[in-house]
Amino acid sequence: MQTNVHTEVEASGLGLDSYPQTETTLQPVTKTTGPEAGKRLNGDALFRYLTTFFALSILAILALMLVEMTSESLPAIRKFGWQFVTGSNWDAVQGDFGALPYLWGSVISSVLALLLATPLSIGAALFITEIAPKSLSGMIAPLIELLAAIPSVIYGLWGVLVMAPWLQSTVEPFLSERFGFLPFFAGAPYGVSMLAAVFILMIMVVPIITSITKEVLLAVPQSQKEAAIALGATRWEMIKMSILPYGRSGILGAAILGLGRAVGETMAVTMVIGNAPKISLSLLSPAYTMPSVIANEFAEATSKLHSSALMEIGLILLVVTLVINALARLLIWSVSRDSGGAA
Amino acid sequence: MTGAIGFRKLKNHTMTLLMFGATAAVLVPLALIFFHIVKMGLSSVNLDFFTQIPKPPGEAGGGMANGMLGSGIMIAVASLIGLPVGIFGAIYLVEYGGSKLSTAIRFAADVLSGTPSIITGMVAYTLLVVPLKGFSALAGAVALSLIMIPIVLRTTEEQLKLVPGTLREASLALGVPLWRTCLKVTLRSALSGVLTGVLLAIARVAGETAPLLFTALGNQFWGSKLTAPMAAIPLQIFNFAISPYEDWHRLAWAGALVLVSVMFCLSLTARYFGRARHS
Amino acid sequence: MFQRIRKGIVAVAALAAFVAAGTAHAETLINGAGATFPYPLYSKWFAEYAKIDPGVKFNYQSIGSGGGIKQISAQTVDFGASDKFLSDQELTAAPAKLLHIPTVMGAVVVTYNLPGVAKGLKLSSEVLADVYEGKIASWNDARIAKDNAGQKLPAKPIIVVHRSDGSGTTSIFTDYLSSVSPTWAQSIGKGTSVKWPVGLGGKGNEGVAGQIKTTPYTIGYVELAYAFENKLPYAFLKNREGHFVEPSIASTTAAAAGAAKQMPADYRISLVNQPGKNAYPIVGFTWLLIYQDQKDKAKAKKLVEFLNWELKQGQKMAGKLLYAPLPANVAKMVEKTVKSIR
Repeated sequence: MQTNVHTEVEASGLGLDSYPQTETTLQPVTKTTGPEAGKRLNGDALFRYLTTFFALSILAILALMLVEMTSESLPAIRKFGWQFVTGSNWDAVQGDFGALPYLWGSVISSVLALLLATPLSIGAALFITEIAPKSLSGMIAPLIELLAAIPSVIYGLWGVLVMAPWLQSTVEPFLSERFGFLPFFAGAPYGVSMLAAVFILMIMVVPIITSITKEVLLAVPQSQKEAAIALGATRWEMIKMSILPYGRSGILGAAILGLGRAVGETMAVTMVIGNAPKISLSLLSPAYTMPSVIANEFAEATSKLHSSALMEIGLILLVVTLVINALARLLIWSVSRDSGGAA
Repeated sequence: MTGAIGFRKLKNHTMTLLMFGATAAVLVPLALIFFHIVKMGLSSVNLDFFTQIPKPPGEAGGGMANGMLGSGIMIAVASLIGLPVGIFGAIYLVEYGGSKLSTAIRFAADVLSGTPSIITGMVAYTLLVVPLKGFSALAGAVALSLIMIPIVLRTTEEQLKLVPGTLREASLALGVPLWRTCLKVTLRSALSGVLTGVLLAIARVAGETAPLLFTALGNQFWGSKLTAPMAAIPLQIFNFAISPYEDWHRLAWAGALVLVSVMFCLSLTARYFGRARHS
Repeated sequence: MFQRIRKGIVAVAALAAFVAAGTAHAETLINGAGATFPYPLYSKWFAEYAKIDPGVKFNYQSIGSGGGIKQISAQTVDFGASDKFLSDQELTAAPAKLLHIPTVMGAVVVTYNLPGVAKGLKLSSEVLADVYEGKIASWNDARIAKDNAGQKLPAKPIIVVHRSDGSGTTSIFTDYLSSVSPTWAQSIGKGTSVKWPVGLGGKGNEGVAGQIKTTPYTIGYVELAYAFENKLPYAFLKNREGHFVEPSIASTTAAAAGAAKQMPADYRISLVNQPGKNAYPIVGFTWLLIYQDQKDKAKAKKLVEFLNWELKQGQKMAGKLLYAPLPANVAKMVEKTVKSIR
C-alpha cells in the first residue's frame, strides 16, 4: 500500500517523497581475494566513484545555486536590510527598492487560489474514490492528471487571450456594479487583474491537490469505512466520520503543496496579472508577484543594485517555496506513515 | 425516527451532488482550454507551421519550425546532463546509501524539485551567460537539466528499490561484480519504470518557459549552435501570445496544440511502460 | 535490449556533439537585443538582409531598451538597441567605447481603445500628464471634452496602460511628460522604468498594444508603427506652439529638423517637445549600441556591411511603417561613424 502511493505519485511527476526513507540497502559485496580480485575491485571501485561523483554533483549544484544567489543578493541585503520586505517603493530610477507589493501579490494570489481550489479538489477526489464507478473514475483521474501536465505558458496563453477578456467583459463589470462598494471589488474592470491571476492559479493547482488527496483517501484503511457503514451511516456520514478525519493532515499537506506550486508559478501569472506593483484590497486591480517581476525585469536591470534586488526577491521566493514544500511533505509523510501500519 | 433518516438521506444526496459538481467544476476548465487550443490552433497547423520560421510582425504565414528544432536540441542536451546525474545518483543512493551523505543528497534533490523554474533561469544566467558573454542554448539546456535531475533521481530511486533484493543477491552470489549487477540486473529490471520517469521529466521540461527567458533568449532564425541563442516553442508561444498581432496569436495557438499533443503522447508512452511493468 | 539502449545513447551523444560543432554552417550569427520601439522595422530589415547576404543572420530579440543597454554592457550580445541614450555614467561603466548609431526616428503616440471614437482624439499636454498621474480618471472628464467638442466620450473610467519592462519608449514618453508637467518632473521623473502612479503594465510595445487592442477604455503609449500595424487609433497632441498635430512621418521629420542642425557627435540628443508649427511633440531617435572595437573581426565586417546597407536601402523601407528616415546631414555623419567600427 505504501509503495503504491508513492509510485503512483512519483509517476505523475508531482515530486512527492516520503520522508525520511527507511533504508533497505544491502552492503556491497566485493571479493578481495582470488585471481579476479584486482579486476573486480577496479570495476567496482570505478563504478562507485562514478555514482558517487554524480550523486555529489547534486549537492554541488545546490550549493552553487545557493552561494550564487546569496552573493548576488548581498548588495541589496546590505543596503536595505529588513526594509526590503516592508517597503513598497520600487523605484529603479532612484535606486530605492521595496519588495512588499510583490510579496503581497504572491501571497494573496496564492492563498486565495488555494482557498478556492481546495474544496473543489477534495470534492472531486471524494467523488473519484468513493462515489464514481470504477470505469468513470478510471477516466476522470487521468484527465485531471493531464491538467497538471499542461505547461504554464499555455495556461497563460489561454488566460490572456480567452479568460481575461471574458472577465473584463462579463464577470468584472458584474462584480464592480453589484459589489463595488466593497473594497474587494472596487475599481474599474481591467481584465488582467488579481482576480484573473487567482482564477488561473486555482485551475492550475486543483489537479495537484486532487491527485494527492485521492492518494490520501485511497490510503484510508477499508476497515474504518466498513465500520462506519456497519453502524448504519450514509455514505456522506461515512466520509465525514471515518475518511476525512483520517486523511486530514494528508489533505492539508496536499493543499500546502498546491500552495507551493502556486507561489512559484511564473508564466501564466505574468501574462494575466497586469504587472502593476500596487498593494490593493481590490481583486479587480492589477497586481504583481515575485516571479513575475523577475521575469519582466531581470534581463534589463542595468544597475547592480537593481539586479541585486531582483536576486534577493528570487532568494525570498526560494526560501518561501522551500518552507512550504517541506511543511507539505511532513504532513503527507505523517499520513502515509500512519496508514502504512494499519490494514 | 423516519424524519431523521430522511434528513440524513437528503444530506447524503446533497453532498453527493456537490461532489459531482466539484468534479465537473474541475473538469470544465480543462474542457475549455482544450476546446480553445484545438479550435484556434487546428486551422493554423499546416505544413508551413512545421517547416517555416516565423515571419516578421504584420506578415501572414510562417511557422514555428525553428522553435521545434530548438526545443528538441535543448531537451536532448538537458537530458545528456540530467539523465546520468539522476540515474547514477539514484544508483548511488540505493547501493551505497544509508549514510548522512545520502540524506543530504536526497534533501538537495528535494530542494531542487521545489525550486521555482524562474530561479533556475536566474542561476544559469549568472553562472553561464554572463561569464561566457553570450546567451546560449547550452545555458538554457543547463537550466532545464536542473529541473530534470530531481524528477529522474526520485523516480529512478523508487524503481530501483522495487527490484526484489533476492534478484540482486542471487546475481552477486553467482559472482557477478557489483557494478555489473547494478547495471545489468537491477537497473535492467527497473528499466521500464525508469523510462517512465525519464519520459515524464522530458514532458515536464518541454513546456518550461521561465528558465529559457534569460538563457536561450530566442532566435527568429534556424539555429543549431549550442553557444548561440536558440528558439524554443514555449518562448515563441509566450512572445506571440502577448503581442498584438493576430498572425502571431494564431501561431501561438498552433504551437500550444502541437506542444500539448507531444506531451500527451509522452505521457501515454510513459503510462504504457508503467503498465507493462505492472503486468 | 541493454545493448540497444547503450547504442542509442552513443548515437544521441554523437548527434549532440555534431550539433554542438555548429553543423556545417559557414554562416555568421550576429545577436542583438533591445528596444521594442523599432522592432517592426528591424525585423523587416533583418529578414530582408538575410536574403541579400545569406552568409549572415541577425538575430534580434526585442526585450526592451533597458535590456538592450544591460546586455550590451555585459557583452552578452553583439549589439544592443535602445531609444534612450546612455548617460555619461552608463558609458563610463561600459567595458569599452560604445557607439550610438541612430537608425531612424519614430513617434511615440498615445493610443486608445474607445468604442465610437476613431483616431484624432485631441489631448493637450496637461491633460495627458494628469491622466497618467491619475488626476483625470474618467473619459468624459470636462477637460478632455473641452478639446473634443464633436466626440461622444463615454462615462467610463480610463484604464491607463504603461510599460512593465525597462523601456526606451517610456524614457521618451516620460521625458515629454517631465518637460510639460512640473509635478510630473518632480514626483516621477523620466527614465526607462519609473514609478507609475496608476495603470497596468504591458511587456514591450507589443504587450501595451496587445492590451489596448483587447481591452476597451484603455489608453497607452506605443511607437507609431504598433498603432499603425494594429489599426489602433491615436491621439493628436498639442505641441509647443499650441497646435494639435497628428503623428506622421512629416511631423516626426519636422520635429527633428531643428535638432538635426545641432546634432552632437555622439548622437545623444532628445527630440521631445521641439519647436516647429508642425512638429509632433513626442519624437525620438532610436540607436544601435555597438562597440567601436569589435573582438570578432568577421562579425565586425558583417556588421559594417549591414549598417551601410541600412543607411541606404533600409532607410527607404522605413516610411512604409511610418518611421521617419534620418535627416540627410545626420545620415552622412553616421556613415563616417560607421567607418570607425573595426
